[in-house]
Amino acid sequence: MMDAVARPAEAEPNLAAIAADAAGEHAVGRPTVYVYEAPVRICHWVNAFAIIVLMVTGYLIGTPLPSVEGEASASFVMGYIRFAHFAAGQVLAVFFLARILWAFVGNHHSRQIFYIPVHRKQFWKEVLHEIRWYAFLEREPKMYVGHNPLAQTAMFTGFTLFVAFMIVTGFALYSEGTGIDSWQHKLFGWVFAIWPNSQDVHTYHHLGMWALVMFVTVHVYAAIREDIMSRQSIISSMISGERQFRE
Amino acid sequence: MGATTETFYSVIRRQGITRRSFHKFCSLTATSLGLGPVAASRIANALETKPRTPVIWMHGLECTCCSESFIRSAHPLVKDVVLSMISLDYDDTIMAAAGQQAEEILEETRAKYKGQYILAVEGNPPLNEGGMFCIDGGKPFVEKLKVMAEDAMAIIAWGACASWGCVQAAKPNPTQATPIDKVITNKPIIKVPGCPPIAEVMTGVVTFITTFGKLPELDRQGRPKMFYSQRIHDKCYRRPHFDAGQFVEEWDDEAARKGYCLYKMGCKGPTTYNACSTVRWNGGVSFPIQSGHGCIGCSEDGFWDKGSFYDRLTTIKQFGIERNADQIGMVAAGTVGAAVAAHAAVTAVKRLATKRDDAKQDH
Repeated sequence: MMDAVARPAEAEPNLAAIAADAAGEHAVGRPTVYVYEAPVRICHWVNAFAIIVLMVTGYLIGTPLPSVEGEASASFVMGYIRFAHFAAGQVLAVFFLARILWAFVGNHHSRQIFYIPVHRKQFWKEVLHEIRWYAFLEREPKMYVGHNPLAQTAMFTGFTLFVAFMIVTGFALYSEGTGIDSWQHKLFGWVFAIWPNSQDVHTYHHLGMWALVMFVTVHVYAAIREDIMSRQSIISSMISGERQFRE
Repeated sequence: MGATTETFYSVIRRQGITRRSFHKFCSLTATSLGLGPVAASRIANALETKPRTPVIWMHGLECTCCSESFIRSAHPLVKDVVLSMISLDYDDTIMAAAGQQAEEILEETRAKYKGQYILAVEGNPPLNEGGMFCIDGGKPFVEKLKVMAEDAMAIIAWGACASWGCVQAAKPNPTQATPIDKVITNKPIIKVPGCPPIAEVMTGVVTFITTFGKLPELDRQGRPKMFYSQRIHDKCYRRPHFDAGQFVEEWDDEAARKGYCLYKMGCKGPTTYNACSTVRWNGGVSFPIQSGHGCIGCSEDGFWDKGSFYDRLTTIKQFGIERNADQIGMVAAGTVGAAVAAHAAVTAVKRLATKRDDAKQDH
């Protein structure tokens, strides 16, 4: 069962002893592996929450709600929406940064979403296998302790790269409000050297949001599907940290 | 006009200003700049001895709206700038000399004030067909520009044309009109964008250079920080309506009459760096937003190519169709969603079929 595991040595599950119950029926001990360490899980859910807030508020910044009535001093609708967007953006930035730092100290699964082993032939072979599995051309899925190669590719491009792009352009746009003396402008103002008209940066930031909508759609679908089809826990792993292999 | 070694002091004396008034002016300037008592005499000394800065004003592909704006400056009055502060040695549009006589001034200034004169460029050079789309004095403008730029102290790029390219560089840009900083790369260039720039911004930049003998502090894009470091949006008097979420939904609605924010009407104030909302136009009378129309972002790079002036979201043409980010995003996300749903359906059917097969085999 475990032949396709990426790194068999590390992936040795604590194969629970097969015990017999009082009635002599064999109780099957499901093998589990500790994959996602606590910081990885915390970052995952905080980022997931922040991204949802960012998508909703970001959309409403581009397409604001219908006008409110009354004195301007009596409401702060756009102000609150923008505040939520900026706050969630900074939370995402901090936890994304924390996640990068954890990749240096965490287990090897924590590093998976930050690179693609482009030079390894075996990796691409397994990517192909995964594509065939999703195209219904393979009968049996391979099992992986961490992300499967296709998932790793998707996580790196669809999540890591896009979120990094959104954070960089997001802070650059934020620096328009904080001014050219702000640390945001000093750190991220170079974005406007690439696109001098910030209207373009707004547009690309907006397209990035839709790219992340697509990523989230596929990510959630693949997680649920794999949970059912690959006979290994996916969703609960992100809560408990443990991956369980079912027969 | 013509080349001159006159100082600021000799010019204002000729205009009837007394020496006493001149010293009062110097003391006042020193005080307002927060300088010590010695500075007043230093300023007086500089203005008495330093020759006025010679300025060469050239016109490439342009519409003269920069000049039109410039001559309407109220603070300072443009007559004071042209007649006393700078020595405007050459401006083919408004100078008396013409033809050979005018062209001689260029040569003269270049030789006499090597590395000291300011080259102000209105418009830009078209590079296509060897620059044949803009002939000035029998030669392509780009050649004249390069020659005059060689010995200039600095270059002022007036307006959106010289700074970014403006309408003549809008897609498909048949003449290959090119902003100054892409043609002249070895000189300090001050971009003063806008179509046209605000009159007081133009004279303000000139005043700064002649008063302090150096260039104003520039931002990352090469624009003077004092006028271009904030967006129209940041200093807009309608900003409270934006923060409150009060928008004009369509022209002439109740919200428009109440003076709500023009964000939804495509106002480019949030992405436009200029001083319109503080300095305003026509001697501080008004500016577009105050007159009920959104900002069109005329001081920004490629503002002609971002779709309608009246759309909030930029038109994207890269896909061969004209759509904005939301329309493209929704189609793409919808496609992914549909693909996921279809994939899920196929998975379910396959799974059922496989189970039935397995069940059959078991029997």
